[in-house]
Amino acid sequence: MVMANPANFVVEDSPGGGRIVRLSGSFVIASIGDVDGQLRDVTGPVSQIDLSAVDQMDTVGAWLVHRTAKFYAADITGCAKDAGRLINAVSGVDAADAVPRPHVSSLNHFLAEVGGGVVVGITTLLQFLGFVGQVVKAFFILMMNPGRFRWHAVVQHFDMVGVRALGIVGLMSFLIGIVIAQQGAVQLRQFGAEIFTINLIGRLTLRELGILMTAIMVAGRSGSAFAAQIGTMKITEEIDAMRTIGVVPAEALVVPRVIASVIMMPLLGIYASLMSIIGGGILCWIVLDIPPATFVQRLREVTPLTDFWVGMIKAPIFGAIIAMAGCFQGMQVKGNAEDVGLKTTAAVVQAIFLVIVLDAFFAVFFSEIGWG
Amino acid sequence: MDQPNIISVTGLCNSFGDQVIHQDLNIEVRRGEILGVVGGSGTGKSVLMRSIIGLQEPVAGQIRVFDQGMVGKEEDEATDVRRRWGVLFQGGALFSTLTVAENIQVPLREFYPEFSKDLLDEIARYKIFLSGLPPEAAHKYPSELSGGMRKRAGLARALAMDPELLFLDEPTSGLDPIGAANFDNLTRDLKETLGLTVFLITHDLDTLYAICDRVAVLADQKVIAIGAIEELLAIDHPWINAYFSGPRGRAARRGHSDQNDKVRAEMQQRGRS
Repeated sequence: MVMANPANFVVEDSPGGGRIVRLSGSFVIASIGDVDGQLRDVTGPVSQIDLSAVDQMDTVGAWLVHRTAKFYAADITGCAKDAGRLINAVSGVDAADAVPRPHVSSLNHFLAEVGGGVVVGITTLLQFLGFVGQVVKAFFILMMNPGRFRWHAVVQHFDMVGVRALGIVGLMSFLIGIVIAQQGAVQLRQFGAEIFTINLIGRLTLRELGILMTAIMVAGRSGSAFAAQIGTMKITEEIDAMRTIGVVPAEALVVPRVIASVIMMPLLGIYASLMSIIGGGILCWIVLDIPPATFVQRLREVTPLTDFWVGMIKAPIFGAIIAMAGCFQGMQVKGNAEDVGLKTTAAVVQAIFLVIVLDAFFAVFFSEIGWG
Repeated sequence: MDQPNIISVTGLCNSFGDQVIHQDLNIEVRRGEILGVVGGSGTGKSVLMRSIIGLQEPVAGQIRVFDQGMVGKEEDEATDVRRRWGVLFQGGALFSTLTVAENIQVPLREFYPEFSKDLLDEIARYKIFLSGLPPEAAHKYPSELSGGMRKRAGLARALAMDPELLFLDEPTSGLDPIGAANFDNLTRDLKETLGLTVFLITHDLDTLYAICDRVAVLADQKVIAIGAIEELLAIDHPWINAYFSGPRGRAARRGHSDQNDKVRAEMQQRGRS
């Protein structure tokens, strides 16, 4: 649109009583600016709206004219053919039958939010239990019919969950080993007991941190990926397509991911613990002048084998929780792309939360049975 | 301002890797017409549209829209051209986290932040009316709409800025025949009322016969023919023959001429009485 005269209007008293609103300039979206507010402020009664000085009009201009004319029950005069057609077109929508946005008071809103949250919480818990049941059932059906087992998918997920995580898990664990050793050395030096830094490294990484940090990393890397993959498949109706073909999604999608995570978590855990010990050992060597041979010998003396088993018992359970939470949230996706993001976040948060809660239980449990 | 061609594309080349989509393609869209673009799957109809609206950088060629060169323009450039066109994507491409009314208001808020909330709501309401949606659709989210309603909501958003030029990418695909015919009528009515120029990609032969002033045929990486359907029927090209004279093409033509006959008969009758 060439920049024409801005939209404008004047109000005149008409000889026959009432007032005339004379519009001028171009009543198009680009030049309508403040006229809207000014037109609303015109005080009536208005008997006539004159358009003979209007150069251009689009539907927004037509709407303003129509609205004003309708409000004062005024006549429209001097209207060009095109403008008349536009006014006619927009006049079909009646100002009276506007559908108001559904409105709720803030107290109601608060109560509805709380109630909705409780309902969602309970139903999610029930659905999660149902989901776990489905997966277990699918697992046993696959045990009965090993021919239907998707080895290919499992191996693919070994790669995604395990092999491709080696770099980041290794680096992270190595650095954590350094941090533990450094903090231990600083604190224990005050008692002249630097040598106990080795106890700290050995026991902490094998029992707790190696597995826990790996679980958090796997939840962030793979749990989120599971939720996003399955959620996207849900939106594109791939899951529905599977069901209609007769493929059970729990068998095809969930079981391979769970198995891959259950097997990969302990392996990643061992690897992470080893990297932490190496990191701690290097720091001990540099800062505390403990040579590697002494470090290893001392490590073997102070770290009981049960510490290793504690980690190895926890790891597959954490793996199962992470994979289940990811797949479950993916299956919960409905509607739109935003939901995939929300459910992916929920999967990671849920997985890490459950892992840490369970870890606390395990800590108490193992010390009670004398594996402390 | 009054140049006859709203869009002119000359020597357009597009390719993805080794796959050449367009080779020296020329097309012109005249002011005030509905131009239908047809072609087999994979002949680059959508790529052509994406090139014109600047979503696809062509390998070579000139694209002028409203007499402004569009090639090489960044997203934040040429906004004065962008606000003069509206685009309806195939799936509607509505923003899924916004209601229909909010979707319509997105371009308005972007370009005219001074508009009052009341005016925005009124505009959304009459655009929804113009696009043939029921008023209660305003506060629904796209996921709550049927496919046909989503297309209409997409059209309402495309019309939000009162564009002079409208791009429609397969507007009737996925609609039932009645819904498709309604959408065709809607397009024609809007074109006549609002004075639009329409660039319409379609597979729907009925749409071509019902509303298009001219039809461009894409094949062999270029526009092999452009003109009114009667002119295209006279051209001897295997794809054009197969397309317009195949069973569906013949049925659409018959339906169209039946309708013309009916109108003619009615007029004659009215003349007699």
